[in-house]
Amino acid sequence: MKILGIYDRSTKAAVCAGTILDKGLGDVVTYSPVPDHALDRALRVTVSPVRLFVLIGGLIGCATGFIFPIYTVLDWPLITGGKPLISIPPFVVIAFELTILFAAVGGMAGFLLLSRLPRMTGRPAPDTRFTNNLTGVSVTCAPNQVAEVRAMLERSGASEIRE
Amino acid sequence: MSFATINDDILRTLRPPGALYYAGLALALVALSIGVLAFLYQARTGMGVAGYEHPILWGVYITNFVFWVGIAHSGTLISAVLFLFRATWRTAVARAAEAMTVIAVATAGLFPIIHIGRPWFFYWLIPYPNERGLWVNFRSPLVWDLFAIGTYLTVSVMFLYLGLLPDIAAARDTITDWRRRVYRVLSLGWLGTDRQWRHYMALYGFFAALATPLVVSVHSVVSWDFAMSILPGWHSTIFAPYFVAGAIFSGLAMVITLLVPMRRIFKLESYITVHHFENLAKLMLMTSLIVSYAYVVEFFIAWYSGSPFEQGTFYDRMFGQYWAYSWTMFTCNVGVPLLLFSKAIRTNLRALFVISIFVNIGMWLERYVIIVSSLSHDFDPANWSGVYSPTWVEAAITLGAFGLFFTLFLLFVKNFPAISITEMKETMAQSTKADRGAWPDPV
Repeated sequence: MKILGIYDRSTKAAVCAGTILDKGLGDVVTYSPVPDHALDRALRVTVSPVRLFVLIGGLIGCATGFIFPIYTVLDWPLITGGKPLISIPPFVVIAFELTILFAAVGGMAGFLLLSRLPRMTGRPAPDTRFTNNLTGVSVTCAPNQVAEVRAMLERSGASEIRE
Repeated sequence: MSFATINDDILRTLRPPGALYYAGLALALVALSIGVLAFLYQARTGMGVAGYEHPILWGVYITNFVFWVGIAHSGTLISAVLFLFRATWRTAVARAAEAMTVIAVATAGLFPIIHIGRPWFFYWLIPYPNERGLWVNFRSPLVWDLFAIGTYLTVSVMFLYLGLLPDIAAARDTITDWRRRVYRVLSLGWLGTDRQWRHYMALYGFFAALATPLVVSVHSVVSWDFAMSILPGWHSTIFAPYFVAGAIFSGLAMVITLLVPMRRIFKLESYITVHHFENLAKLMLMTSLIVSYAYVVEFFIAWYSGSPFEQGTFYDRMFGQYWAYSWTMFTCNVGVPLLLFSKAIRTNLRALFVISIFVNIGMWLERYVIIVSSLSHDFDPANWSGVYSPTWVEAAITLGAFGLFFTLFLLFVKNFPAISITEMKETMAQSTKADRGAWPDPV
């Protein structure tokens, strides 16, 4: 069963979400128009693994930035300007740019993957006001706990409750 | 002010605009059309119409390239660097500046293609082996440029899009016309769940952290297009920081040039306040001083080097055929910005707008002076007599670039939130935290 509580203040939503989680009444998903630290604390949000995607992307980019130019100069060895074939300083520029490029692309891919986006089909947002000014707490709970969750949403000051 | 007010006020900019907007758009489209026609004429006739003549084979097009890449930089400064420094005033101007970055880099990217003479072969720059198995030369700054500009454009587009994502979702949930479908696709199904915000905020921070060294590297690489050569006037170690400071200086001027009319057209006076302009003006003044210092150092090093070639080039820059360009540049970039020391001027939007135009002109001329005057005074004194002056084709294509830039910018601000709704709400939430009452009782 899903119950949705709609709040005009995110702190009220945070208190409710935290309590529901503490009591183990069900799974909580919150909706908010802005990132909210009160909600993060209530949901005990940990550090996002996006950073791993950024790190791995950056490392691959850096390696590519060196390996690719080195491969090309060895593939057709042509000395220009009397410089060594494998001239590291100019390749640092390529490696630097590719580090950033791959890190950013990796981060973006990680963000989309972890946030389960794009999400073109499926149900729409439970309420369009969540991108505007309201905060929502959606609780998935067992049928026998609905009454308790509903009471909690009411007590915490939800302006609207939907099942 | 509440979340709902911010939402409504900013999304109001997506509604049908007034006559002033259409007049601006029409003007920009006319300029763009002139540029396109001139480009087609040049493509059909040949590069002879561009006025390039030995030894000046880089002229207005490369000037434009450097100018537009430079314009892009302040957008990243405002959106990324000031984000890292937690300068909250950036919120109101960051979106417009980010959009400006993407549009300016895209405009800049056209110029090497316009410049190469056979634009249909532009893809030769992409690193793949030709039919004889020969690869591009990774030791060439021109190839570095491709990587730097390509990375900059890609990262800037992603950064802009990431910031836009929740705002597009807000537009999707508010706008009722045909664009709703477009916003639905572009919002990727954003819901604003705790999971999405968690990863969003992490990535936003990383993008800011990645864009900051990137922006410094991009104009450094552009400056190395010149500094890696041995031409007097170009072969200088100061070029990278000098170009980066100049880029941010010119970009800030362009942000002011764009924001003053935008604020009026969309009636955003309560969001983009005089305080924001004053801060931009302070940054512009600081970068102007850095650029002025770089000018002094450039001349000092030329003198101190004891090299008659270096000294000759710089003497020629001041008193040779291109003296008028140089002195106008000094006036616009060193003299006029000093007015910004006065608070009365910093807080007078008309004065700021006029000063920003002067700086735009000055910074365009700076690139022109560096490129043309150095090339005209090359290794063979027999070359020194000719004077390069842009032809009507080059002038028309330059005008077309401004037309393209303003057209894209005007279309952007009309179809996407010109101020970050999310960040405005966040800033408001933070600043009013104290007024929001006590923490609710436990339930």
